[in-house]
Amino acid sequence: MSKPTTYAQALNTALRDALTQDESVLVFGEDVGALGGVFRITDGLTRDFGEDRCFDTPLAEAGIAGFAVGLCTQGFRPVIEMQFDAFGYPAFEQVVSHVAKMRNRTQGRMPMPMVIRYPYAGGIGGVEHHCDSSEGYYVHTPGLHVVSPSTPADAYSLLREAIASDDPVVFMEPKSLYWSKAELDLPVTTEPFGKAAVRREGSDVTIITYGPQVPNALKAAEIAAAEEDWSVEVVDLRTLVPFDDETVAASVRRTGRAVVLAEAQGFAGMGAEIAARVTERCFHSLAAPVLRVSGLDMPYPPPILEHTYLPGVDRILDTIARLQWDDEPDLTHAGSDTRAVSA
Amino acid sequence: MSDISTLLPCPEPVRFLAPDGTRAEMSTETAAALEARGYTMPSDEDLLAVWRGMVIGRRFDAQATALTKQGRLAVYPSSRGQDACQVAPMLALAEQDWVFPTYRDSMALVSRGIDPVEVLTLLRGDWHCGYDPVATRTAAQCTPLATQAVHAAGAGDGLRRKGSDGIVLCLIGDGATSEGDFHEGLNFAAVFHSPVVYLVQNNKYAISVPLAKQTKAPALAYKGIGYGVRSEQVDGNDPAAVLAVMRAAYQHARSGGGPVLVEAHTYRMEAHTNADDATRYRTPAEVDEWTGQDPLVRLQAYLVGQGVLDDARMEEVRQEAEDFAAALRERMNAEPQVDPMSLFEHVYAEPTPQLREQREMVRAEIAGAAGAAHPVPAQDPKQEATR
Repeated sequence: MSKPTTYAQALNTALRDALTQDESVLVFGEDVGALGGVFRITDGLTRDFGEDRCFDTPLAEAGIAGFAVGLCTQGFRPVIEMQFDAFGYPAFEQVVSHVAKMRNRTQGRMPMPMVIRYPYAGGIGGVEHHCDSSEGYYVHTPGLHVVSPSTPADAYSLLREAIASDDPVVFMEPKSLYWSKAELDLPVTTEPFGKAAVRREGSDVTIITYGPQVPNALKAAEIAAAEEDWSVEVVDLRTLVPFDDETVAASVRRTGRAVVLAEAQGFAGMGAEIAARVTERCFHSLAAPVLRVSGLDMPYPPPILEHTYLPGVDRILDTIARLQWDDEPDLTHAGSDTRAVSA
Repeated sequence: MSDISTLLPCPEPVRFLAPDGTRAEMSTETAAALEARGYTMPSDEDLLAVWRGMVIGRRFDAQATALTKQGRLAVYPSSRGQDACQVAPMLALAEQDWVFPTYRDSMALVSRGIDPVEVLTLLRGDWHCGYDPVATRTAAQCTPLATQAVHAAGAGDGLRRKGSDGIVLCLIGDGATSEGDFHEGLNFAAVFHSPVVYLVQNNKYAISVPLAKQTKAPALAYKGIGYGVRSEQVDGNDPAAVLAVMRAAYQHARSGGGPVLVEAHTYRMEAHTNADDATRYRTPAEVDEWTGQDPLVRLQAYLVGQGVLDDARMEEVRQEAEDFAAALRERMNAEPQVDPMSLFEHVYAEPTPQLREQREMVRAEIAGAAGAAHPVPAQDPKQEATR
């Protein structure tokens, strides 16, 4: 029987199921034991699996990541929590220099099957250093898989896949979605890594997004349909690495217009990468330039101003409007009418 | 709380052999203190094994230095002068033990029995790590400083969890003790009671920065105490003392006593690497002083004095070392063969679609058809048809 399940519960159940099924899985980090994590994602795990399987560590993120590297060398599968996105920066060297590179350095002989869980992004009124969208750093690092689920079902399924993966996975959990719910019967298996999901079908414009902004994209699409009669397709990437060029390109070729929506600051970020990929693949199908909607190019603001900073439904709708809906593109020089294709 | 006296290092570095190879003089009190810590003068047989390892190790080091001058190696950080620290700790390890080395510990890896060509792969530039770290139980040589201190803590915890009686030896330099990961490694090892022995080879310089500008601690060994880690300091140019102290440290870790920090006072006789000019930051007088402390000369003099080492045996091992160097030279003179396509094999267990595209591009480039398979994304076929 399906029952209302929060994103946080789905993650907790995924950890439970992994701990039950695989003795080599270990969960550790700061406050993940008795407290169950500051977001309660590890709630009850120490109680049910013992301190040997789910344990608190000293307060040191590089130590947590490096300790996990050592455990991987002995055949364990650590799932570590970084508590908050920006708290992970002290571990950056361990993650980019060792976690990401150890397989490569050792010609595949020493894989790093670990999951690094980052509660990330904003919208929860957190203070400084608690709301960064740090995925750009990790997607720029070869050797890491980077995952950001937006639904409770994906949260469960992708975390199970991440733990089972023989490669390191940076698992970005949008904090603003922890309390979102879905009717769900766990365990559930959704599409695997590398497959994007079309969350809403549409024919006029594609919004490509992931993680915390997926609900905003869907809301904007709903409003656009109701108020403007625009048919908006929403593609949820689910995994940023590997990236699903196929689903994204197929959608944009169908709609002819693309908006890339990411909560992170826009400059040189994941959104820029997506826009470039879409342009490379769909140039002849595009009736308008690919536009980006992002956070502002500044440090994450104090809580009272975060809604000015964050991309929201209005900014998304305004951007869709900038795609010059009623103007036929002048494509005479291209020798063909791309609209015929995109229609 | 631990009794701090069980953590404190000896007030002076442990030493059994004087620089001239005679037994170091010590008071009855000191002798009793060393014995209480489990430090006993190794047998002549064990010391002969260390001596042989040092003769071969030093010849390897000289050969690697020569290969650098010939352009066969991109770079080589010599460990000449640190021979006792490189050889004795390795010979005292058990088969199931793990080592987490740095880039300067090539001689140590050769002492562990790893193929010298595979050890030099990193420095020749044909791959980052040439040996199999799992099969050899020796992690890839670490280039960032001190990051391996935390890996060692985790690996030790993993060994313990698996019910192995293996321990971990983590090699580290003096400069690296200033890095955050050194502290996090010691702290994690202590908190999780990991069977790790940290050996700091204090060779007095972090490239050009002398120890006095690195730390205000009376000795690096004292850094362990703050973490509740048993600590010791040893004359790193005395092979007998290094062997005795490391054996006791291994025993402590292996029997569930938790981590140990050992500081070996030694000296890097060569420059940091061939790219460094050591005359800019140290004096000939200082180098001369340390030349007089040579660990190989010291142990050899002791063993000759004991009557267990003679000219014939010395010649025999000298020849063995020459043969070792000749074989290495010959193998290093062959051009390394690296398949460029292997680049794509080791990024992920399964390449991403993006890497698969790039792999095809490189394959085409190699085949001489550059451009033919560039990963220009497929355009809409319908579009292609109308162009």
